[in-house]
Amino acid sequence: MRFLFDTETWQEIYGSIRKNKLRTGITIIGVLWGIFLLIVLLGATRGLENSFKNAFGNLATNSVFVWTQSTDTPFKGFQKGRSFRLTMNDIDVLKSEYASEIKFLAPRNQTMNLIVRDFKSGSFKVSGDYPILDQIQKKSLTFGRFLNQNDIMSMSKVAVISEEMVKQLFDKEEMPIGQYIKINNINYKVVGVYEPSNTVNFDRDTAYIPFTTFKKVYNSSDKIDWMMITANNGVNIEQLEKDLLLTLKNLHKVHPEDKRAFGSINLGKEIGRLTGFLTGMQFLTWFVGIATLIAGVFAIGNILLITVKERTKEIGIRRAIGATPKSIRQQIILEAVFLTATAGMLGIIFGAFTLYIIDAGFGQGPDAALINPTVNIPIILISCTILIFLGTLIGLIPAHMATIIKPIEALREE
Amino acid sequence: MIKIEKLHKSYPIGKDSLHVLKGIDLHIKEGEFVSIMGSSGSGKSTLLNIVGLLDIHDQGNYFLNGQLIKNMNEKKAAILRNKFLGFVFQSFNLISYKTALENVALPLYYKGLKRKERLKIALDYLEKVGLKEWANHLPNELSGGQKQRVAIARALVTKPKVVLADEPTGALDSGTTDSVMGLLKDINNEGMTVFVITHEQEVAEQTKRIVHLKDGVIINDFLTKEIKKA
Ligand SMILES: Nc1ncnc2c1ncn2[C@@H]1O[C@H](COP(=O)(O)OP(=O)(O)O)[C@@H](O)[C@H]1O
Ligand SMILES: [Mg+2]
Repeated sequence: MRFLFDTETWQEIYGSIRKNKLRTGITIIGVLWGIFLLIVLLGATRGLENSFKNAFGNLATNSVFVWTQSTDTPFKGFQKGRSFRLTMNDIDVLKSEYASEIKFLAPRNQTMNLIVRDFKSGSFKVSGDYPILDQIQKKSLTFGRFLNQNDIMSMSKVAVISEEMVKQLFDKEEMPIGQYIKINNINYKVVGVYEPSNTVNFDRDTAYIPFTTFKKVYNSSDKIDWMMITANNGVNIEQLEKDLLLTLKNLHKVHPEDKRAFGSINLGKEIGRLTGFLTGMQFLTWFVGIATLIAGVFAIGNILLITVKERTKEIGIRRAIGATPKSIRQQIILEAVFLTATAGMLGIIFGAFTLYIIDAGFGQGPDAALINPTVNIPIILISCTILIFLGTLIGLIPAHMATIIKPIEALREE
Repeated sequence: MIKIEKLHKSYPIGKDSLHVLKGIDLHIKEGEFVSIMGSSGSGKSTLLNIVGLLDIHDQGNYFLNGQLIKNMNEKKAAILRNKFLGFVFQSFNLISYKTALENVALPLYYKGLKRKERLKIALDYLEKVGLKEWANHLPNELSGGQKQRVAIARALVTKPKVVLADEPTGALDSGTTDSVMGLLKDINNEGMTVFVITHEQEVAEQTKRIVHLKDGVIINDFLTKEIKKA
């Protein structure tokens, strides 16, 4: 180890690098590029992953949403093109038939309405909901509370509104909780205010009122616009979606093969697709990065081999004046490790700097494409270790070549 | 110091082999100043390389400082070279990107000395060969004679028992030849064994013993007038 701290050792390395500046530079670039790619791509993938996570963060991901459209196949005496609607009966049937699979089931009714408060007004979505919605699509409340079971039972005229709606309907600094707003000329007491979320969102700026209240006020009887279903953990959401739709088709006398009658979005499937994409990206990143790294390390081994060949005579001189084969080998391996490590460090620095720029450019704000594009320190440490290991390994070849030749033959070399 | 008995050496050339040294017997005692003469191709360098542990013989015995040289591995040979032997080559063989001082200090690096110590000792030896002011010059800034003196300083710096010089003046003009030979004489006067190859009569005459080699055998071995002077 002592030789590591000897100035001579480093002078030797400096000497041989200085003799081959251009070639050394070019070979260093191979490893540098490899580690740079690895870091930037991994960081970017991480950023993408973060923004996906962020986008689905408040959604129960094993969920499926179902609504009705119109049939595309005649069935049981009905013409094709028939429209129909989901009902509370469907909810009950699904709840009992899939009791072990379904975790939450939220029927929803929605409409657009003018909402008025004093002299201010705005047109917003109004949604009749159950408290369970908060479980499927988490609301983060700035003030007050979300709808509760009590509101449902007593058909209270209460509303939970968004911060944006507060801004449009209330004066600055005014506390909305406990105040009244007019929806469709009926007074509702504001009981909660929620933050906008930058995530995948089906109801931006919606006034949430109790499902039962909605039913009474808008006279929707047993009809439902759509429903959100969350499955228990471990349930195959895609299979559940198929089963549910078949049950619903049966209930509504729709042909089992009808493709248009029901619309549905399966969050699980969509997210699975994205996760698959991310996994693919990550795999590709590792593959490309490591392949480039290996190529770079080989390039360094190659240049050392050439250097050793060119320095045969010098190595012969050194051996004539007492250099042991071991000391020659150490020198060359150290050179290989030094070159790989230097290239690696530069790659890491450039990579980190690039990630920093990416973060500044695309990583900020609510709609950021890449949130927090970073690479774990352990990954960097591991790559460094691997690099140094590969450097040593590749250095062994020229080191061996340098000592395999007899000193007398080395001296004869011109 | 150097004892050689019935030494043989052949070089393989394709399927054949070239028999270069054909039974050499030579005994050089400590403190001797010996030159080997002979025409080109007579096997002088081959002999010196074997003595210098740069090459191995096929048959016969070689004792260096009383130690039988047999089954040498490279590591042992390197340590013995560093400890007992100093080399001076016809083409100087200095390392081009190192200064005179660094070149002289290099054997001490392989001996394991600290840098400060190395440079101090190396400077003493450069002073000894009269090149203290040239310590920080690169070899290509030195004349041939100066280069060879740096090489001699490098050969001496480890205080070897024997200095081996293969045509040390072969690339020098007569003026510098004399100064280099003068230096070798001084070293010998200090008690070091010096073994020189040359094909110049004037050079050989400055040593104390001349060995004539012809076709791989010693044909002549005598003391010079020089010894009577001393
Ligand atoms: N490595 C070698 N391989 C084959 N032949 C060699 C080798 N080294 C020297 N020779 C031959 O051996 C003979 C003696 O060479 P050498 O000892 O260098 O002679 P000198 O130094 O006296 O001129 C020469 O004929 C030379 O060509
Ligand atoms: Mg010769």
